Amino acid sequence: MAKVSFDVNGETHQFELDTRTTLLDALREHLHLTGTKKGCDHGQCGACTVIVDGRRINSCLTLAVMHQGDEITTIEGLGTPDALHPLQAAFVEHDGYQCGYCTPGQICSAVAVLAEVKAGIPSHVTTDLNAPVRLTNAELRERMSGNICRCGAYSNIAEAISAVAGRSA
Amino acid sequence: MRSFSYERATSPGAAAAAAATTANAKFIAGGTNLLDLMKLEIETPAHLIDVNDLALDRIDETADGGLRIGALVRNTDLAADRRVRRDYGVLSRALLAGASGQLRNKATTAGNLLQRTRCPYFYDTNLPCNKRKPGSGCAAIGGFSRQHAVVGVSDACIATHPSDMAVAMRALDAVVETVRPDGTTRNIPIAELHRLPSDSPEIETTLQPGELITAVTLPKPIGGTQVYRKVRDRASYAFALVSVAAIVQRDGSGRVALGGVAHKPWRVEAAEAELPGGAKAVTARLFADAKQTRDNAYKLPLAERTLAAVLREGGA
Ligand SMILES: Cc1cc2nc3c(=O)[nH]c(=O)nc-3n(C[C@H](O)[C@H](O)[C@H](O)COP(=O)(O)OP(=O)(O)OC[C@H]3O[C@@H](n4cnc5c(N)ncnc54)[C@H](O)[C@@H]3O)c2cc1C
Ligand code: SF4
Ligand code: FES
Ligand code: FES
Repeated sequence: MAKVSFDVNGETHQFELDTRTTLLDALREHLHLTGTKKGCDHGQCGACTVIVDGRRINSCLTLAVMHQGDEITTIEGLGTPDALHPLQAAFVEHDGYQCGYCTPGQICSAVAVLAEVKAGIPSHVTTDLNAPVRLTNAELRERMSGNICRCGAYSNIAEAISAVAGRSA
Repeated sequence: MRSFSYERATSPGAAAAAAATTANAKFIAGGTNLLDLMKLEIETPAHLIDVNDLALDRIDETADGGLRIGALVRNTDLAADRRVRRDYGVLSRALLAGASGQLRNKATTAGNLLQRTRCPYFYDTNLPCNKRKPGSGCAAIGGFSRQHAVVGVSDACIATHPSDMAVAMRALDAVVETVRPDGTTRNIPIAELHRLPSDSPEIETTLQPGELITAVTLPKPIGGTQVYRKVRDRASYAFALVSVAAIVQRDGSGRVALGGVAHKPWRVEAAEAELPGGAKAVTARLFADAKQTRDNAYKLPLAERTLAAVLREGGA
């Protein structure tokens, strides 16, 4: 067992955990924040995506004890049913899901993608590494490739994100 | 997952010393490869030494005009660094071709170099694998081997090294800096970091037990057109079947390193003399000692065509 404390959606939590506990399991099993999903548990699907200190990561491939003092945002921290985050609202508006299992990961990832583009971080499809990044459809799809949707809702997901990106650009 | 104790190291020297004095200890950086393998009990450390507090996350200019990349610099940050984008484009490109945005945010420079093979039989604990269980045999030889190595293989193992980043670093003549448990440091040219499988595929690098990577240095920029092209089963978020890192100069000379074909990034300096003769001449030298299987023989023409495309892009 080991002690660790970190912030989740603005609240500090103290834990005493088996060292084997992943961040994903700490969120779901200990804090009962079940919005973050376990798809593959091996970094291959993105369903477990959360934002740690402003960056998206796969919460299944990191240990809770490695997050002492970190600030973690999950889907529950982005917005509430009464006050949706713009991306949550856009997913509803554009029907960016079917079963909804991948959706929290898609939305957390998308929030971070917009920040990454703003910060000028290039991607595999960026043509000129030394020019500012523009969020084209090809850029969006490449940047979102770490989030698999088994229902194949990709085109509506892309529309939802583009709608928000267009508005904030 | 087997249970383990956990500590956060406070200095590189202390981390290396702890790794040597604690039984069955491993360093953990981003954790994206190690935890994956621990869940499957392919890796079973009894103690984890977390190196994330070691302040090895800077990219500094060196006295001779190169860059010194801390072992903990995240793949995202290395790919996005202005100096890397401008002067070592092949490295940015290779990093961005690997994994996903989420994984690159965690993956570190050292962890990427030391990631283990993606051979499916290495992952399947029900089947023989000399790398996972020395002496048990190799299920890939005579098995399903379309992902496997075509050159530098042995009768014990035909696995590939899966890193994209390492292929670009090989083309750039990077040097790996380490600290050993006795506190001494050394520099290892990247060509000498990874081993071929020979009869001991479980030993993948020339690092000694407990030796910690502290940085990777790049020599001063050599210019040229820098290209990384990766061929894979889907357009993103997949490992390479074949990849080519190339730096092509105006006079037609250049450097070429290949991924997806061997147990280490594959570069044969003598083959680069053939560049004026085109891709066919270069790959003939690169694969002079190839030993392909029925399933992966396609990699030889694929590598030649990929290199041809890269050389066209490089203006050669
Ligand atoms: C779904 C998926 C897809 C992927 N696709 C790609 C891809 O297309 N291309 C690609 O290149 N990679 C790919 N990867 C692999 C990824 O790049 C690696 O997992 C990552 O780079 C490992 O870095 P890390 O810091 O997380 O390493 P860790 O998992 O923390 O460590 C890996 C190894 O390095 C050792 N280690 C770590 N730091 C040090 C140090 N400083 N000194 C000595 N030893 C150390 C650890 O003990 C461990 O043995 C993929 C991974 C996943 C899960
Ligand atoms: S190729 Fe290497 S890693 Fe794969 S089964 Fe054979 S010995 Fe194991
Ligand atoms: S559950 Fe983490 S990536 Fe699939
Ligand atoms: S909506 Fe079902 S997996 Fe994406």
